[in-house]
Amino acid sequence: MASKTQEALVDPLFNENPIALQVLGICSALAVTTRMDTSLVMSIAVICVLTLSNVFVSLLRNSIPTNIRIIVQLTIIASLVIVTDQILKAYLWDISKQLSVFVGLIITNCIIMGRAEAYAMANPPGMSLLDGIGNGLGYALILMITAFLREFFGSGTLFGKQILPLVSEGGWYNPNGMMLYSPAAFFIIGFLIWGLRVWKPDQLEED
Amino acid sequence: MSLRSLLDQQAKHFEEGGKLEKLHALWEAGDTILYTPGKVTAGPSHVRDGLDLKRMMMTVVWALVPAILMALYNTGYQAHLAISNGAAPLDRWQTSAMEAMGLAFEPGSVWACMVHGSLYFFPVLIVTFAVGGLWEVLFSSIRGHEVAEGFFVTGFLFPLILPATIPLWQVALGISFGVVLGKEIFGGTGMNFLNVALLARAFLFFAYPIEISGDAVWIAAKTGADGVSGATWLAMAAEQGQAAVVQGVTWRDAFLGFIPGSMGETSVLACLIGAAVLLITRVGSWRIMTAVVIGTVGMAMTLNAVGSDTNPFFATPFWWHFVLGGWAFGTVFMATDPVSAAQTDKGRWIYGILIGVLAVLIRVVNPAYPEGMMLAILLMNVMAPLIDHYVVAANVKRRLRRYAT
Repeated sequence: MASKTQEALVDPLFNENPIALQVLGICSALAVTTRMDTSLVMSIAVICVLTLSNVFVSLLRNSIPTNIRIIVQLTIIASLVIVTDQILKAYLWDISKQLSVFVGLIITNCIIMGRAEAYAMANPPGMSLLDGIGNGLGYALILMITAFLREFFGSGTLFGKQILPLVSEGGWYNPNGMMLYSPAAFFIIGFLIWGLRVWKPDQLEED
Repeated sequence: MSLRSLLDQQAKHFEEGGKLEKLHALWEAGDTILYTPGKVTAGPSHVRDGLDLKRMMMTVVWALVPAILMALYNTGYQAHLAISNGAAPLDRWQTSAMEAMGLAFEPGSVWACMVHGSLYFFPVLIVTFAVGGLWEVLFSSIRGHEVAEGFFVTGFLFPLILPATIPLWQVALGISFGVVLGKEIFGGTGMNFLNVALLARAFLFFAYPIEISGDAVWIAAKTGADGVSGATWLAMAAEQGQAAVVQGVTWRDAFLGFIPGSMGETSVLACLIGAAVLLITRVGSWRIMTAVVIGTVGMAMTLNAVGSDTNPFFATPFWWHFVLGGWAFGTVFMATDPVSAAQTDKGRWIYGILIGVLAVLIRVVNPAYPEGMMLAILLMNVMAPLIDHYVVAANVKRRLRRYAT
């Protein structure tokens, strides 16, 4: 793989993670990460929307008039989100109910607009595709780690399966209720950012 | 060989380049607990009084002594009272220890109460200091600064605002959260914008509500069954109104602290003695304490006047708000925390009044939390920098206008 394509795909995982470095898409990361299955579906939905929106914006990049480019991008993203939402409602009704408005709110997820504006408008479709997948995976990575910690310590389960036996059912684990509140996601993402910046000090901002 | 010369002899190992250089923070902490720091100001200085962090923190610890003694006594007393009324002792090692020592669960015996209370209080205190101290030393060693005395006060405050029956692993988890997320991440002592002990308690309150709220945790005996209530009077006021409280407890008992609650918070008298120490030494801010009183009186009287048909707590007069729950302890020891409170004099008035108003408001109007003091103080801790900013900005504006003409 050429180094440039590799960069587009792998960089967003750790070096330029959309949540941890650019601090985008935080709202959904707080809202859907109490359980791993909802986070997984949300991650897949975002990866799909992001990849496809990047490709379409990139295809149209030379014919979009600059003055109305945001509106055109939004139209593309909104159509994709509606399709995703309908598919989830058709095939994953329970999870789509739990995700409630947050699938619809992918439209306002800054990562997608950000990548369309910053990358797809200036790069060919092939590279935009990789960039979309890469950033989607970067988002998914943080989402899944957060959801793992919150579900594991908050309810003692993973993907809804009981791993730690709860005190209320005769086991030994006393679930940490704090993990099920949104602030827990803030703490965890904060710790992830801290860890990432210790590992890669060039991400530190100057005071 | 004296202890001093022993310490001096060992010092070289902990200085830069010594074998145990990494443990310098730990050694320094041990040294300054035993002796006054050896550093003196060299140049000409204009200090009225050398009030350093250590002396300031020790003053607070001295001010806490009445509350600690009361915590030891009342924890045992409440347990014995419940047991003599028919509740069974808890299946814990404390109960076996009492029996092994041949002490009866007798509410009249001050000695037995103190011993039983100590068996509950000191494990919590020891765990707090061991775990919290470990984090302090760890961060100090990595960052290369000295262990500050700030944790000393936190370490005493935290056990005092916990119920006697709190599991020790939760104590460890809570103080870890408080010290690491409340203080060390932001740079250590002096950088904590929240009160560390309260943050630690708030964490436990939201993470493990069963062990720190409700009716079963405040008394170290099996309450609930056999007609012995384990509810605090504050919860009683929230659920059944002022009439039920007046029937069950006298204001004098509530003032002196012979009521169930977190270990050290029950006695208003002990808090008042602490307040006197803090005010005489000027370690605590009289503006904040007065402002909290004003806010509480104002809000309580407003709610009395408004009244409510569905919520009997509206009718509770302010002098009962003073003696129930953690109001007094929070006002004297938590709201006045010099780091997390507002820094400007005018800001302190606003900060204190809002704490009083919010505490009563949360107590009375929010059905989920009978105790509003903790949340009120934490919320105002967050607001304090904003208040200060506007006080300073207003001052700048006023002076600019004065000099413009």
